[in-house]
Amino acid sequence: MEKYLYIALFAPLVSSMFSALFTNTPKKTFVGIIASLLIFTAFGSSSVLLMHILDGGEPIHVEMMTWMATGNLYIPFGFVVDQISVTMMMVVTLVSTVVHIYSIGYMDHDKGFNRFFAWLSAFVFSMMILVMSDNYAGLFIGWEGVGLCSWGLIGFWFHKESATWAANEAFIMNRIADLGMLIGLFLVYWNTGTLQYDGAFAAFATLDTPTLTWIGIFLFIGAMGKSAQFPLHTWLADAMEGPTPVSALIHAATMVTAGVYLVIRSNELYSLIPNVGLFIASLGTFVALFAASMALVNRDMKRIIAYSTLSQLGYMFAAAGLGAYWVALFHLMAHAFFKALLFLGAGNVMHAMHDELDPFKMGGLKKVMKGTWIMMTIASLALAGIFPFAGFFSKDTILEAAFADHHFVIYGVLLFTAGLTAFYSFRLVALIFHGEERYKIFGIHPHEAYRFMLVGMSPLLILAMIAGVFQTPFFEMVEEILSAHEYHIHSHATLLVMLVGTQIFVGLSIVYAYRKYMNNKITVPDGSSAMENSFMYKLLLNQYYIPYFYEEYIVKSYRELSTIFWNQVDVKIVDATVDGIAGILYSTGEKTRDMQSGNLSTMLKWMVAGTIALLSLAVVFGLAVRYSDEILAILSGLGV
Amino acid sequence: MMEIGLNHYLVLSTILFAIGLAGVMRRKNLLLLFFATEILLNAVNIAFAAISHYYGDLTGQMFAFFVIAIAASELAVGLGLLIVWFKRNGTIDLDTMTSMRG
Repeated sequence: MEKYLYIALFAPLVSSMFSALFTNTPKKTFVGIIASLLIFTAFGSSSVLLMHILDGGEPIHVEMMTWMATGNLYIPFGFVVDQISVTMMMVVTLVSTVVHIYSIGYMDHDKGFNRFFAWLSAFVFSMMILVMSDNYAGLFIGWEGVGLCSWGLIGFWFHKESATWAANEAFIMNRIADLGMLIGLFLVYWNTGTLQYDGAFAAFATLDTPTLTWIGIFLFIGAMGKSAQFPLHTWLADAMEGPTPVSALIHAATMVTAGVYLVIRSNELYSLIPNVGLFIASLGTFVALFAASMALVNRDMKRIIAYSTLSQLGYMFAAAGLGAYWVALFHLMAHAFFKALLFLGAGNVMHAMHDELDPFKMGGLKKVMKGTWIMMTIASLALAGIFPFAGFFSKDTILEAAFADHHFVIYGVLLFTAGLTAFYSFRLVALIFHGEERYKIFGIHPHEAYRFMLVGMSPLLILAMIAGVFQTPFFEMVEEILSAHEYHIHSHATLLVMLVGTQIFVGLSIVYAYRKYMNNKITVPDGSSAMENSFMYKLLLNQYYIPYFYEEYIVKSYRELSTIFWNQVDVKIVDATVDGIAGILYSTGEKTRDMQSGNLSTMLKWMVAGTIALLSLAVVFGLAVRYSDEILAILSGLGV
Repeated sequence: MMEIGLNHYLVLSTILFAIGLAGVMRRKNLLLLFFATEILLNAVNIAFAAISHYYGDLTGQMFAFFVIAIAASELAVGLGLLIVWFKRNGTIDLDTMTSMRG
């Protein structure tokens, strides 16, 4: 079994290094094909491992080599395949296989085709390290690795100013959060003496609550950055500057869920500190609503889906915070499938519309893009949580968990958000695929994507439809290590009312979205309608003015502070010191160059003078060493 | 009659060394500079031989032979260069040799 583990881990690395060989050469289709095949190999190996775990096999734990061993610190490159990590491995490898195949078509005309695959596979490798590591240090390597690859891929079109800006924003925001994460890791090591999961978890039980609370908080700060939770959420929407397959893989399905994975992985920690868990759940609930509200009015197709991702991450944190770790993990998995599908569909639309992102300028695309239309509709149904698609099973279980734990506020907000989710998803679908063909005004001739791209997306389509049936086997698999209890509402009548009520509510939202945005009267908004001038609309469109606030009050003041430090501290102290030392050396040289008169006689005199000086020094020191006792005695006699 | 011991030799050696050093510093004629260096080397040779005799160890006297051999070869090379220099420039005054001025 170990060899499957190594194949799953290293096939993406091989793929990345192979693609990297061709980064400076023109597009070569075989690079994409070989990369896809290697990622598919990783997927196959992960499937074998999943079968092994499903058959009740022991979790596989290997120690590849020692990374660090100094004093009491021992960190190996160790990997573990247990119920949690095998789920993540399946999600990561499956979605990345689909995205690799899709990218062969999507990046078809791009000059950076080969480079794209190098980065994308490197991302998959980092993500595999993140989920497979058996210790926090390895997780942190993967954590930084995915951050780096995310930076490289958001800024993939680096000739665009906005892309490089967004890449740097994502990177810097994540570094801020990673500081919290690092402090968390230090605290773990400080208090337990190990970073291995099993050792640390065993030691947590003996620690006092304040220490555990601090560890929990700092680790969660790291998770907040990676999963773009409030107030570090602004980078995710801006990250949509990257190519769409990147958004699908990194900023929807895998990397942003790493924060959720961290909380799930540390479940033994968080179940000891329910207060922090409640905070996580509250923040998640808030973000779910907050992000969904911003998605309501946005006019950028990819940003709408990005806010939707943010909102769904909020759901996952709500579940994880309430202790329903398996529900969070299940929603993570289901969400990865339908959200990646949604993004890839959006990529098809973007290609068809020549990179136009405003859905108001589209309309009626279902005639020319039938396959994409069906896929995006089903993905949206799954996202909205309509029976029997994937989202129904995962999202409804989160609602049930909140209800069963008597957190009715969280339940209410999440239920309301489910309505919003349905509304904005179908607002998007209605605007893109239905109604009048507004794109004709702009002289665009849309075309469907390559057939193999649609075929490549089909596994996600199937999973978005049927992932719900895995709920019971999944529960049975993970209950061994996640403190899993199935959530049962006590009376069946309540449960039925809840289910049907939620379905009706969500259904009504969908119908409302269609009614409002499917008609032929929709025009491209020009900022004159009453709604566009209302306060709420402006507030939501400007993302609650949070980016503006960050820019005005944090970025600008930080910049001014930096300027002051540069002018006052760096130039006047640091530079001045270094320049001063160099200046002294220069002027000494300038003054003593006259010594080099070239006259042999003068030089001999200097030589003699030097010899005498050295000799006398030697004599003085020799005497001082010989008579050191006497000298000390005299000095102490003088009272020194 | 006073016994001549090690100290006398060392004093002689020191005096010769000082004379040589003064010559090295003062002389402007290249040929005389060579004489001065010979005095320096032989001052050391005296010290070597005297100390070698004092300890009854032949190493110092062997070393003195080495010094004599090396001094001879050094002088052979030096005199060769000196003759070439004199043929070219017609003078062996040190103050005229300043092409290495920094």
